[in-house]
Amino acid sequence: MVKRVGIEVSLAIGDAVKLANADVIAAYPITPQTHIVEHLAELVANGELDAQYIPVESEHSAMSACLGSSAVGARTFTATAGQGLELMHEVLYVASSMRLPMVMAVANRALSAPLSVWGDQSDVMAVRDTGWIQIFVENGQDAVDNTLCAFRIGEDPRVLLPVMVHLDGFYLSHMIEPVVFPEQSQVDKFLPPYKYPMPLHPDKPVTMGAFAPPIIYSEAKKAQVINLEASKGVILECWQEFGNIFGRHYSPVERYRSEDAKVLLLTLGGFSETAMTTIDKMRGEGKSVGLVRIRLWRPFPFAELRQAVKNAELLIVLDRAISFGGPGGPVCSEVRSALYNEAKKPKIIGFVGGLGGRDITPAGFETIINRGIEVSQKGSDREFEIFGVRE
Amino acid sequence: MTKPEGELTWKDIDIGAIVSEPGNASQYRTGDWRSERPTYDFTKCIKCGICYIFCPEGCIGQNAEGYFEADLFYCKGCGICAHECPTGVITMVAEEQ
Repeated sequence: MVKRVGIEVSLAIGDAVKLANADVIAAYPITPQTHIVEHLAELVANGELDAQYIPVESEHSAMSACLGSSAVGARTFTATAGQGLELMHEVLYVASSMRLPMVMAVANRALSAPLSVWGDQSDVMAVRDTGWIQIFVENGQDAVDNTLCAFRIGEDPRVLLPVMVHLDGFYLSHMIEPVVFPEQSQVDKFLPPYKYPMPLHPDKPVTMGAFAPPIIYSEAKKAQVINLEASKGVILECWQEFGNIFGRHYSPVERYRSEDAKVLLLTLGGFSETAMTTIDKMRGEGKSVGLVRIRLWRPFPFAELRQAVKNAELLIVLDRAISFGGPGGPVCSEVRSALYNEAKKPKIIGFVGGLGGRDITPAGFETIINRGIEVSQKGSDREFEIFGVRE
Repeated sequence: MTKPEGELTWKDIDIGAIVSEPGNASQYRTGDWRSERPTYDFTKCIKCGICYIFCPEGCIGQNAEGYFEADLFYCKGCGICAHECPTGVITMVAEEQ
């Protein structure tokens, strides 16, 4: 009989990694991710999880150690946030290009300077193009479920890619939430053992990460593009099967009261649940508003997004990161680009908000929606606005 | 590899561009990086092997007469052998088109 427990989301992710029976965890503690790896270190030290815990000297080393462990065929997990994710940056490309599956929880955090340990999505957006599968979660149950799914997706022989599971730093990582953990036997059945097809082994030597001269580099990159795009089929299949077994369903683009809405708000991650409260309130007042959330950030869900927004008149996109000197927020920029060639598409207005731990309340989302409507009617001399900034 | 590199398509690339055939770097022609080529006056050669020791590419070996000579498939034309040769056997000459 499964039981609902109250648990801090970081610890719940650690317990999900234990359920997944990870073989190697290499990590460096950084706020707000620390509790995840601290808990795993404790599980390993107490003998509750039979794994190697590698306490490395930096995130660059953490990711490098993960490359090695994945390459020999070990189930591999790490976690980081903010500056730590940026220090990993060059190695992130190596993991995806060498097709080495591993799961990384990222407790999304702002980037310095000024120093901020609090949440936003600046760290995610800086690693947008590193070739990883990237999934956003919205609550504790979602974080546990998608940590398990991430292992299954990444290690699938048709995929073989690293997967990031993004959760809001503090807003989600440090919340105590109700979580239902699956039984170990269910997880063992859902998650088959990891078997890398060409592992590093002295009996059958291979070279990983060799150099590629100009005559072959483009072909290697095209193979990577096709592989990441094709992973979407496996992701859908995994979520379908997860839903069949556990009764909780996930999809690349998720909607909330959006079907007939003239005005849509688009969000990523945990703030979406606050936005739902706003949608309920405004719907109650007879306003035609709805919410669309992107769960699967990479590979980008073009078809699902187009389908979800095509009947709306206005789409208001909230970014929690800035492309300095650019078109505003990275999410808005990608959404606009995905819809540009569509015959039927909404007008798009971009906001940046929730930076460096600044909260957006239900009333705040209402202000964003109303201001978005106003800007769409009257126009603006700016590419985007920063919500809630003191002028 | 089954095909020469220039004929491989993206579908032929192994997972993560892993090289599954050990030692196949020997098939890679580094000789086409060369802008100068070593030429030899073996009448001056004392077969001391200093050029063989200094060659950073490891491409110098002894020919049938026992003289030391670079394998031009790999020789990158750095000229270190010519610089180090104590009897002036080796002269670097420009590669022509």
